[in-house]
Amino acid sequence: MKIWINGFEKEVEKDCLLARLITEMEIEGRFAVEINGEIIPRAFFQSRIILENDKLEIVTAVGGG
Amino acid sequence: MKKKQKKKGDDLLEVGSYQFSSRLMVGTGKYKDIDEARQAILASGAEVITVAVRRVNIGQDKDSPNLLDVFPATKFTMLPNTAGCYDANTAIRTCLLARELMDGHSLVKLEVLGDERTLYPNVIETISAAKTLCEDGFEVWVYTTDDPIVATELEDIGCSAIMPLAAPIGSGLGIQNRYSIRSIVENSGVPVIVDAGVGTASDASVAMELGCDGVLMNTAIAGAQKPVLMASAMRKAVSAGREAYLSGRIPKKPYASASSPIDGKFFD
Repeated sequence: MKIWINGFEKEVEKDCLLARLITEMEIEGRFAVEINGEIIPRAFFQSRIILENDKLEIVTAVGGG
Repeated sequence: MKKKQKKKGDDLLEVGSYQFSSRLMVGTGKYKDIDEARQAILASGAEVITVAVRRVNIGQDKDSPNLLDVFPATKFTMLPNTAGCYDANTAIRTCLLARELMDGHSLVKLEVLGDERTLYPNVIETISAAKTLCEDGFEVWVYTTDDPIVATELEDIGCSAIMPLAAPIGSGLGIQNRYSIRSIVENSGVPVIVDAGVGTASDASVAMELGCDGVLMNTAIAGAQKPVLMASAMRKAVSAGREAYLSGRIPKKPYASASSPIDGKFFD
């Protein structure tokens, strides 16, 4: 199924867990996740199932003023 | 840094639930690399550093250190900003993500911009976002115009610091309207921190001499030919300006007044 991560389209397996997606994409360190505008606390990464056409934003802190 | 025991004679800056020894706050953007940022920030003596919230680079720069590791929360107070947001909802969304990213740390620098050419604050959207964020328990330091009425409005909403611009972001023009900055300082019950527009050390001193509680800058340091040296200059300028303000300067007069005694002259 098709989902969107940080503005890019990606094919993932049906019923993919958020935690698995993060591991597979090798996203490490400090980050926060939003799905369809809703923040997903870290504690829910293991239980959250990604659905078709979900829009994920994965953000971190970068240099800024 | 969270509340410490205040010692007599300490000139600590209290903002909301925080206390700081340094009155200079710095941004982490526009540096050549993270090492230059680190050196400059150490030279500035700043305890508060601003960061932006952006998408992670998926599949890139795996070995480059994360800003949050280079500047640990044990040594620095992180001030995530809402830079690049042009409406209240996007700014609020950014603050919520920042709070999640930083394990519930609820300090934010709210800036809602009006247009790309001036990067001037959109005051209407700023006020709207400030209301929601304050109600949601955020400690809001708010970037705004140098308008004393707007500053009072933002204080009444519950913002813990008012951050008027000296001049447009990154312009380096220095304080364009010292009378309105002074007016904001006089009216404000919360700290006033000049944010944006500082170009060189004297600009920071002027802000402090006007009675501002602190100065926040990024480009003036990061964009200097020698950022680490400029960071050191800014540190001294902020503390010199603060001491000058506390000293109570002499009034300006149109004519001279001699420094040496008239009496006891041995010549005519």
